[in-house]
Amino acid sequence: MAMIPPPGAESGQQLGRSATVVEPTSAPDGAGPLTAAKPRSMLRRGWEVFAENKLALASVGMIVFIVLFCYIGPLIYKTNQVNTNLNDTLCPPSGAHLLGCDNLGYDQVGRLMLGGQTSLEVGFAAAIVAVLFGTLYGAFSGFVGGIVDSFLMRIVDAGLSLPSIMVIIILSVVFHPNTIIMVFIIAVFYWLGVARLVRGETLTLRTREYVQAVKIIGGRTSRSIVRHIIPNAIGTIIVQATFAVADSIIILAGLGFLGLGVQPPATDWGDMLSGGLTYLQSAQNYWWLIYPPGFAIILTCIAFNFIGDALRDAFETRLQRR
Amino acid sequence: MIGYLIRRILQTIVVLFFVTVFTLFLVHLFPGGPIKAMLGQRATPQQVAYYNHLYGFDQPFYVQYIKWIGQLLHGNLGFSNKLNMSVGALIAQDLPKTIILVVLGTVVSLAFGIPLGLYQAVKRYTVGDYVLTGVSFLGYATPTFFVGLLLVEWFSVDIHLLPPFAPQGTSVGQILSQPKALILPVLSYAFVLYALWSRYMRSSVMDNLVQDYVRTARAKGASERRVLWGHVFRNSLMSIITLLGLSLPTLVAGAIFIEVVFNYPGMGLAFYNAALNVDYEVLLGFTVIATLATILGNLLADVSYAVLDPRVRYS
Repeated sequence: MAMIPPPGAESGQQLGRSATVVEPTSAPDGAGPLTAAKPRSMLRRGWEVFAENKLALASVGMIVFIVLFCYIGPLIYKTNQVNTNLNDTLCPPSGAHLLGCDNLGYDQVGRLMLGGQTSLEVGFAAAIVAVLFGTLYGAFSGFVGGIVDSFLMRIVDAGLSLPSIMVIIILSVVFHPNTIIMVFIIAVFYWLGVARLVRGETLTLRTREYVQAVKIIGGRTSRSIVRHIIPNAIGTIIVQATFAVADSIIILAGLGFLGLGVQPPATDWGDMLSGGLTYLQSAQNYWWLIYPPGFAIILTCIAFNFIGDALRDAFETRLQRR
Repeated sequence: MIGYLIRRILQTIVVLFFVTVFTLFLVHLFPGGPIKAMLGQRATPQQVAYYNHLYGFDQPFYVQYIKWIGQLLHGNLGFSNKLNMSVGALIAQDLPKTIILVVLGTVVSLAFGIPLGLYQAVKRYTVGDYVLTGVSFLGYATPTFFVGLLLVEWFSVDIHLLPPFAPQGTSVGQILSQPKALILPVLSYAFVLYALWSRYMRSSVMDNLVQDYVRTARAKGASERRVLWGHVFRNSLMSIITLLGLSLPTLVAGAIFIEVVFNYPGMGLAFYNAALNVDYEVLLGFTVIATLATILGNLLADVSYAVLDPRVRYS
């Protein structure tokens, strides 16, 4: 799916069976695949560049660690996250509670794992929903062009000029979201930026010979978009998806902090911080209420940002080589 | 130029139409409708029907829309029954205070972001550049409210240097009379913005440094200092102006969180309280005003960009 034509032969590979239609334009490369080494896929080449970036690899390691911590952790470090325990309210870190307890007596480490599950799940799911929808919308709009494109893009403009956080807050008040609704509330705004980017990419891609050729042989719009436009824009899309995860986690944390996030008994890292705010202002030093969830958010988001940056470098190399 | 302006304004009007329809639609999303949200869960169907009729919610959507737009054009943003004051008055009271926070925070962040971004671009791939890049990545990954929490923890709880609360009071004068309490909110607001500006300035200067006009300037013997400040700096600043216009939503969003963390009596805190109380008139009015500000900001940014850069208006 993510194959790109070898350098100089923009048309051949993408067209598959109908390659002969444009064969003359890429005559010198006609024998390319036979004589030269097998062309490596875009993802493969991207991975090679990516793998050289130590910071990015460390970030991947960090994400893997956080995922294991949140999902495997509770099997090893068992805590009671169902019943409140008022004897342990705000207890400082000790042997029994490595990072102390929160205002309801929940163990902070266990809470961190439980909240992390929500943050990661919502972050990933919202990113996937937003990027998927935004990609299809942007690719369709850019590919069809004309008045349809103008109309669809004005909707995107309108959405982008709404102060997203305010509308997201209103939607949270309206729906009292559970995890699944939360995903859609976050995605409602995030797809707009993706749509605009992918549309921009599509505008340049749709003039390529291999896309034109599909049109000439009577291929449907959906075929051009799904088989040709999107695979060739996949670099931009993946980079966006990576940043989307980080941004979604931050938005979710913001809502949780305002007390408008997922509803109890579920929790997320932002929700944990909102408890911290109340006790921070009581002039006593309950640092274990804010440091663990706060740094969990930062570590996760910074890791995703590093990965996104490295991916961008990786895919830009692809562009340079072409 | 006139043609460009007209085209741009027409686009803005279309966008405004979509936005207002969507905002009014939001009101109807409240469970049981806006009146149920206003009267509470124990309202009888008769009461709901009465107020629905009184407020015109029993009419078709397009009639409601036309009436609402008519009210908006007359400057009537609605009336908050929960606060017993008009939304317009609430905005008049809180907006200036939010503007203080936003302007101070933006100025502070620009004062650091622009020079440091420039420094990073000139000294790129040095230790200083890497350290500052690290700082801006931190800024990107840290939620605004957590910056606020950290500063409170460090400066208020740990060393008792600054108050953990923002200045309180209803008027701008009262806010400004407590400068010490303003420091933490402004700093936490500025930190996240700093990341944005410095990142952008760095890449913008680096883009400009390899442009032909820089080579020309060097070729004719301009000093490095003159190239940097006379040519590159001015051109890079231009894109920052656009970015400023485009980041208005970010500015608004940041203000909400900072105001909640520090209990700063601005629009963000009022909006947050309205959200908790399901005070839909306030939510709607504030959203409309913030959207208008965003759209006008975008328009201004585009127009100023066209004024500054002739290539834009002829394309």
